[in-house]
Amino acid sequence: MVQSLNLLKESPSQTAGPYVHIGCTPNFSGIDIYGGDLGTTMKTGPVQGTEITLRGAVFDGTGTPLRDAMVEIWQADANGIYPGNDPRGAADPHFTGWGRSPGDMETGEFTFQTVKPGQVPWRNGQLQAPHITFWIVARGINLGLQTRMYFADEVEANAADPILSRIEHQNRVPTLLAQPDGTGVYRFDIRLQGDAETIFFDI
Amino acid sequence: MTQNGYFARDTQWHPPALTPGYKTSVARSPTRAKLSFPTSLSEETGPVFGHNILGPLDNDLIHNFAAADQSAIGPRIVVYGRVLDETGRPVPGALVEVWQANAGGRYRHKKESYLASLDPNFGGCGRVITDENGCYEFRTIQPGPYPWPNGPNDWRPAHIHFSVFGQGFAQRLITQMYFEGDPMIWLCPIVGTIDDPRAVESLVAALDMTRTIPMDARAYKFDIVLRGRRQTFFENRAEGL
Ligand SMILES: [Fe+3]
Repeated sequence: MVQSLNLLKESPSQTAGPYVHIGCTPNFSGIDIYGGDLGTTMKTGPVQGTEITLRGAVFDGTGTPLRDAMVEIWQADANGIYPGNDPRGAADPHFTGWGRSPGDMETGEFTFQTVKPGQVPWRNGQLQAPHITFWIVARGINLGLQTRMYFADEVEANAADPILSRIEHQNRVPTLLAQPDGTGVYRFDIRLQGDAETIFFDI
Repeated sequence: MTQNGYFARDTQWHPPALTPGYKTSVARSPTRAKLSFPTSLSEETGPVFGHNILGPLDNDLIHNFAAADQSAIGPRIVVYGRVLDETGRPVPGALVEVWQANAGGRYRHKKESYLASLDPNFGGCGRVITDENGCYEFRTIQPGPYPWPNGPNDWRPAHIHFSVFGQGFAQRLITQMYFEGDPMIWLCPIVGTIDDPRAVESLVAALDMTRTIPMDARAYKFDIVLRGRRQTFFENRAEGL
């Protein structure tokens, strides 16, 4: 026998189920409480950088949009600093970096009013392409799915990105790219299965 | 430049994506291998929630939706515990959001179809932020079991849903708490998405008579463990991939 490492096991995940909105966006589900839902406003005042709108939906293997998903995003401010606990310093004071969208009850479409993130260094200091971390939970998803959204119009930065450039199946990289869809609007659809299945991250 | 990364998730401990016994997972489970990378600043940082967002009744589901001088119907309980990481360190400042059915097993939701009655004094959601020792506590009523459309006769055991934020977005977790002694736990296809019975048991809260409030509420203890963060051994060593 050897000494124990005394490590605990992470609590195993269980699906968010069909009623995640009761707990995470109660006002959206008709329960007026807390004075509003967290994560609906990412801009609390005049923000630095380029303001953008992100839209998209999550599709199952049959091509049907999920109408009971909850999508959260986490991103840096326009200067590449994360609000809250970034060890490099303070971010834009009017930007929260975190958004939560329940999706439209009919179409399943999520929307975020945010800013285009600046570049954030990778572990070795190299700059990454601008990106937004996505976390998707829903009924039927046993462990919340992490992925990243990059910008299709950041061709140079994407080509030099330490993650994008090392993906073995380069034909799947477009599943991580948000496409410009009008001025200041980007569209990012997430596909859980199929030929265009989004690359999900174990990170 | 980088902080210390998080331990990799144990994919044998978590439920796999495809679990046909839970039918909804079939069309919603990714089929390709996930892309593995060490965590970077993008996952090691996360939103920070201050105690100032909380109202005085946010952690009291018995009263936070009830009319004045009324309260929710059902067995009154306290649920308490700690949020820790895998190294055993407490996680202070963790936002814990909970939701649940009422004592009859009915959710307050448009898409809910169970014939059990709504309780006009029960909303079914609450939230709390852990203190400097990682401790949290809330009061609620014990939820009822409920049937759900999956197999011909599937029932959920009594449970409370938990959404937890740690200090890094990589720690983000949603899970469910079950109750000690409930025979329905081992019949449930959603519980059954977890392969290892020890992992299931880690989601079963223990009855704690020492924390009951006499003549008021029984207590259940439920600790939550988030991904651990690596310790720094060599501060000056250059870090590569
Ligand atoms: Fe439930």
